This record gives sequence, structure tokens and C-alpha cells, in this order.
Amino acid sequence: MADKNWPLWEVFIRTRNGMAHRHAGSVHAVDAAMALQNARDVYTRRGEGLSIWVVPSAAITASDPADKGLMFEPTASKIYRHPTFYDVPDEVGHM
Amino acid sequence: MYTQALNTREAPDGTADPEREARFQARIDAEEKIEPNDWMPEAYRRTLIRQIAQHAHSEIVGMLPEGNWITRAPSLRRKAALLAKVQDEGGHGLYLYAAAETLGVAREELVELLLAGMQKYSSIFNYPTLTWADIGAIGWLVDGAAIMNQIPLCRCSYGPYARAMIRICKEESFHQRQGFEIMLTLCRGTPQQKAMAQDALNRWWWPVLMMFGPSDRESQHTDSAMRWRIKRFTNDELRQKFVDATVPQAHHLGLTVPDPALKFNAASGHWEFGEIDWSDLKRVIAGDGPCNRERMRARRAAHQDGAWVREAALAHAEKRRRRAQAAVQIAAE
Repeated sequence: MADKNWPLWEVFIRTRNGMAHRHAGSVHAVDAAMALQNARDVYTRRGEGLSIWVVPSAAITASDPADKGLMFEPTASKIYRHPTFYDVPDEVGHM
Repeated sequence: MYTQALNTREAPDGTADPEREARFQARIDAEEKIEPNDWMPEAYRRTLIRQIAQHAHSEIVGMLPEGNWITRAPSLRRKAALLAKVQDEGGHGLYLYAAAETLGVAREELVELLLAGMQKYSSIFNYPTLTWADIGAIGWLVDGAAIMNQIPLCRCSYGPYARAMIRICKEESFHQRQGFEIMLTLCRGTPQQKAMAQDALNRWWWPVLMMFGPSDRESQHTDSAMRWRIKRFTNDELRQKFVDATVPQAHHLGLTVPDPALKFNAASGHWEFGEIDWSDLKRVIAGDGPCNRERMRARRAAHQDGAWVREAALAHAEKRRRRAQAAVQIAAE
């Protein structure tokens, strides 16, 4: 009999207090509770995590790599958004 | 975690879109990472699927020879370490299947291909673990060779594979050190224990050298893998690095490497070693190693015996989902 595949979940782990959850990988599981358990076993065998999020992979909406230019290039020319764009005399000290 | 240098890939297709391929190659040359939804040549995708799958299968099959000794480990300390190591191999297999899945293939398909004998795993796991010293030799030599292969893979051009390899390499170092510690303990023990360690080295040395794959003179597919920065060193380069690193370790243990031709070349700074018996590697890859049939039998049995669990878990989740839905409906009414 052909197996029906278990759904895919994306795993996000917060490593230390104060750090954001970060994508760690993915697991297969039949439901959210099993996804959490599997994520714990697969991605936190050495105390890597204090908190885990699991999200059905199908629920993620991603930007299209083909639109990379359209999405991200406009910020490249806006150098005035960076602190180094502005001159502060040395004698003023650290700002 | 184990890769065997991969030289059994299909030849790449004719170029369908030279302009896109040129752009793709330019990104690779600029050391940009390729991500799952980016355009990539079909041959690149196929090569990666095959390599990552073979790598994942090797992790899973690699649990078998070591699992053989978990219940017979000589102390609780050794047993806990071996259990953790085998569990790591299972985890590494899962990281790698997940990386392969980003290329548009399901883990279940890859498992089917393995069980049908259409995808391979590292031939090193077709050798038996006859004594406890073999567990030491596997950690020290097999994992040592795997690390040589895997460190450059952390810089592989395909993002998900490179990221999985970084995790794996971080975890792998304990595997090699626990193996070396087993060997060291045996070598400092009774003469019989030392003889056991020597016997394990004698049996594993040549198969481990073969883990790096055929000689560069024979290997046909190194070119495209190097051009795509999937691979960064040739088989012979990695093999030489491994020999250079390992021979002094064997001397430290007071063991003799089973190669009468082995000698240090002071001018080059490398250890020169004897000719490898490639007919043995070909025989084992072709399915005629000491344990090929046993390994496949064990994997097939595990898959079949677990089928009812996979089905039941899905059915249970579906039942709970439907009940929850019904409860929401009743509450709404």
C-alpha cells in the first residue's frame, strides 16, 4: 500500500532569552503536537533552544526570487538611511 | 555523518538555456548561495538530489553497524555515548532529507529509491562490526574521513545543503573523539585489548581510504561538481589530507597502519601510501560486500514494520481534526 506522506513543518528556535526565533530546518509530522516533539528531538539535542515554533510549510508565503530586484534594490540607493551618511566632527566625540 | 565522494552521477543534460546558465554560473563564481526557489540547471538539481539523498541514506544505514553494539557496550559511559552518537546519525539523516526536499522531491520517494536499490549509501557500512574495537575504529577513522569530506561541504553553493552541513560538522567532532578515546583505552589496556584495536585498524584502514571515492584519474564527474562548487577538493586531495592527519594519530596509539608502502616524504611533507585495491570497492558497491544484503534487509524490515504506525498517526490526527471541527460547529450553532 502506498504511504500517504506526513505534512511538512518549518521549525524556528529561540536560542537564548532575548534572541528572536530563527529558522532551524523542517520536520514531518501529522499534527502540531507531533511537529513540536519531532523538532525538539531533531534540532535541540544539545540544549540549543529555549522555545520552538512550528509552522505548516504550506502556510508560509514567500517573496518570489524573480522579484528580488523590484523588492530590494530601491533601498540600495537610499544611503541617507545609514548613520555613516552624516558627518559629525571628530571633536564632538562618539554619537 | 558520511559522504562518499560521488562519482556515479548521470551526465548533465544538454544546455537548454545557455544565457540563464551563464548567469547561474556567474552567481556561483561570485560565491553567492543558490536557494531553493532560484533558477538552477536541471543537471545541478539532479546532482544535488542524488548527492544529498545518498548522504542522508548513509546516515540512516550507518546507524546499523553501531547499533549492533549498543546493548554490549562495556560500560554505562560508553553506552550513553554510543546511543547519543547513533541518535545523532538519525538526526543528520533527517537534516539531509529536509535539504533534499527543498529541491522538489519528497523524503518518502528517496526512501523508496533506497529500498528499491536505486540509490546508494556509503559502501563503508557494508563491512561488519565484529568486536568492540570496531566501534572505536569507526568513530576515529570513518567519522574522521567523513569530517574531511564534510568540512568543505559547509561552503557548498547550495544554501540548504551548506546549512545542514554546518550543523552536522558541529556535532560530528564528538563522534571522532569518542572513537579515538575507545582506541586509546584499548591500546593502553591488556595485550589482548591492544591486539583487538590493531585488528580493527587492519580491517578498516583500506575501506576507509576508499570512502573518498575513485582516484582522480578515474573520476569523471568531478569537473561539473567542482565548477558548481558542490565539491571543492578532489577525491585524491581529500584522501591525502586524511592520511596525513591520521597516520600520526595511529603512531600515538602505538598501532601499525597496515600498509607496507607507507612512508613519510620529508620534501613534500606528506605521507605516501600504497596502491588501493579498487576491485574490492567495485565489488562492495556492486552489492557483494560482506553486509550489503543484511543492511538492506534491516532497512526494509524497519520501513515495513513502521508502516502501521505512520498510517495510524495520520488517521488519529485526521480524527482529532474532524472532532475539533465538529465541536466548533456545534458551539457556533
